[in-house]
Amino acid sequence: MRDYSIEPSVVEGKPTFRQIDELIGAPLEKMPDKKFYITISITGTMFLTGIMCWGLSFYYGTGLWGNNNPVGWGFPIVNFVFWVGIGHAGTLISAILFLFRQRWRNGIARFAEGMTIFAVMTAGIFPLFHTGRPWLAHYLFPHPNDHGLWVNFTSPLLWDVFAISTYFTVSFIFWYVGLIPDFANLRDRTKNKVKKVIYSITSLGWRASNRHWQHYEMVYLILAGFATPLVLSVHTIVSFDFAVSIIPGWHTTIFPPYFVAGAVFSGFAMVQNVLIFVRKVFNYENLITVNILEKMNKIIILTGSMVGYAYAMEFFIAWYSGNEAESFVFINRALGDYAWAYWIMVTCNVVFPQLFWIKRIRRNIPIMFVIGVLVNVGMWFERFVITVTSLSRDFLPSSWAYYKPTLIDGGILLGSFGMFFTLLLLFTKSLPVVSLAEIKSVIDGAQPTHHHKEANNGK
Amino acid sequence: MESKKIYSVVGLFDTADEIIHASEKVVEHGYKKFDIHTPFPVHGLNQAMKLKPSPMGYFALVFGLTGTAIALLTMAFMMTFDYPLNIGGKPLFPLPAFISVTFEVTVLLASIGTVLALLFVFFKMPHNSHPLHDSNYMKKCTTEMFGVCLEAEDEKFNEADARSFLENLAAKEIETIYIEKEEVPAIFSKPFIGFLVFTIVLVSGATYFVTNKLMFMQPFNWMMDQHRVDVQSISTFFPDSFSMREKVEGTVPRGFMPEDYKESPDSAGMYLQNPLEYNEKNIALGKRKFLTYCSPCHGNLAKGDSRLLDNFPKPPTLHSKKLREWSDGRIYHVITFGQGVMPTYAKQVTREERWAIIQYIRTLQKALNPAEEDFNGAK
Repeated sequence: MRDYSIEPSVVEGKPTFRQIDELIGAPLEKMPDKKFYITISITGTMFLTGIMCWGLSFYYGTGLWGNNNPVGWGFPIVNFVFWVGIGHAGTLISAILFLFRQRWRNGIARFAEGMTIFAVMTAGIFPLFHTGRPWLAHYLFPHPNDHGLWVNFTSPLLWDVFAISTYFTVSFIFWYVGLIPDFANLRDRTKNKVKKVIYSITSLGWRASNRHWQHYEMVYLILAGFATPLVLSVHTIVSFDFAVSIIPGWHTTIFPPYFVAGAVFSGFAMVQNVLIFVRKVFNYENLITVNILEKMNKIIILTGSMVGYAYAMEFFIAWYSGNEAESFVFINRALGDYAWAYWIMVTCNVVFPQLFWIKRIRRNIPIMFVIGVLVNVGMWFERFVITVTSLSRDFLPSSWAYYKPTLIDGGILLGSFGMFFTLLLLFTKSLPVVSLAEIKSVIDGAQPTHHHKEANNGK
Repeated sequence: MESKKIYSVVGLFDTADEIIHASEKVVEHGYKKFDIHTPFPVHGLNQAMKLKPSPMGYFALVFGLTGTAIALLTMAFMMTFDYPLNIGGKPLFPLPAFISVTFEVTVLLASIGTVLALLFVFFKMPHNSHPLHDSNYMKKCTTEMFGVCLEAEDEKFNEADARSFLENLAAKEIETIYIEKEEVPAIFSKPFIGFLVFTIVLVSGATYFVTNKLMFMQPFNWMMDQHRVDVQSISTFFPDSFSMREKVEGTVPRGFMPEDYKESPDSAGMYLQNPLEYNEKNIALGKRKFLTYCSPCHGNLAKGDSRLLDNFPKPPTLHSKKLREWSDGRIYHVITFGQGVMPTYAKQVTREERWAIIQYIRTLQKALNPAEEDFNGAK
């Protein structure tokens, strides 16, 4: 019989601790090379395009966008939901897989958490600008003001403010707590005086003491325990923005699980895409192994199938409920003005990920990369279909209208990708993208072989 | 070397198995003040060191419940008591609608509180002046080796014993760590005072700017900045630079009726008749208008005794014999065209109101100088 108590190693090549330090620390010590400059100039240009379009929207107002009367949400909310969803994979990897003791997560958790933080930062800009007057954003939070008014705590849009800001804060804390031992490592290895000062400050004087590790691990577990329901709550609350209203096609109880599955789905695709580059560029093939990518692809099939099931169930309930408005909206989605978007969504989200049932495809890096990109295209269109089809065909036929984004909308979308990838690139050059302490704890020989037995024998 | 105090004796090990073994030996030997340093958490080390379970969970619980309470109480204060907000006739304390925010605040406070308690209370961080820092031992422990640190504060501590103890355990790179003389920070040095002054100026200036200026700044104020002519402003269009213009000659307002007898007050007195019925409603209208337009000069009771007395050509009383004998039409002429220093009131008071004012004046006159027939019906 196979012994399942011995887990196969998640790190290949049997590296020593020193080799790991050198490998992961390398990007921080070398000057950036030509490839880095080329990449960051591309993403930086995208980011600047976005800044320009944001600036124009700031100055001239939201009239520059394609939003019209029934479709008041349009691109900004589509992009917001998309980016928040991207963030969810990071927390799932770092918190939920930690609670499930999935040791393979240790190699990718830091990077995925970083993506969470940058994705939430990117996402937050959209509702801010969608308010029309972003300089008055402080009114989103309850504070004493000269109007004598508080915020409306029963509005899902306000829950969203709390959910997103809590999510960002907790993700950031989680990330920083994970970074403290690594900062201490960098502090003790660096030869550069300036870096030494910086790392001494950021490591807070961490001493790697086991009396500290004991509490540290407990807090890490607690944070994971908090982050797990938090990540589920965030996209649930984002879905409440839709589900609590009475627009046909939105007013359904399936939305929270459906949104969470979709978020994890697109987030994993994004993490998988970026990791493919990271492992290649920084020679992390032994730390971020094909096995890990394969496991991520398995999660993509799982969540992709959940999303496909949700699409089918929406149609079924639209018919089964006998609600005319509801069934009209769903027929309109598949056959109406936006049928093109709907079928892009179904093909990318339901059909292509199913190829991952084949093991050869699941382990083939170019193919999985293409499928990952398609999943993200599909998930972006899912948010587009949900937001735009329902609004453009609401209860009042007299107000129906076709939504067309403008060039500025497109520029802002491009800019959001530019912002996300620029931050990610700067991250790879400034912080260890694989957690040193966590990856060391799972390489072969790092943990005591059979500690108690040997300790007792030693007596 | 003699003057320095010993902090600890330390030794390094290569593998996790060795460190577990070593820590069990240390405990067995009776050391209380010791520590194990490892680059990552090693399974089973807590048991080997006989550490008590971490209490951090209780902190998280307390912080979390605090968050729950704060969230619910704040929402209740804001939406139920301070500014009750009726939304669709639902209760003023709608618990289901409060659950999302309550959950988020709970998680937020529990996470922040627990981490701050861990780092700053339990670990007493930031702590960069610890004797172990910058030692070869620490550099190895945060990266690739496992270390045992026997502290000098322990009752059983003795440098030679500790060294031989670690040698028996086959530790590598055994060394003694000394407590460095603590640097006394120079509080009254010039650069530091300069830094303090700079910080004070910066912080107070920024606070003043934010709370008094920035909070009231609008990036755009296009509602106020419009392409129209404002009153009392200089015109760049008209050569005389007045933006308020005279009406074009011969302009007549809507509903305009010319007044007759402008030059002949006596004819007005002779031919104009009060068209209003003498009743309470009209007298009330007249009283209101009289108090607004006439009383500032003529006085509330038309006795010519207003607060303008002695400061102005004396306004006449309306109770004189002459006035009492004037016809309604004659008074109407004075209100309409003015008399002496009194200007025309035709623009402020409509025709009907002028006649009503006259009725009120008549009422006042009768009250002060009643005629015989005015007593009819009185007892």
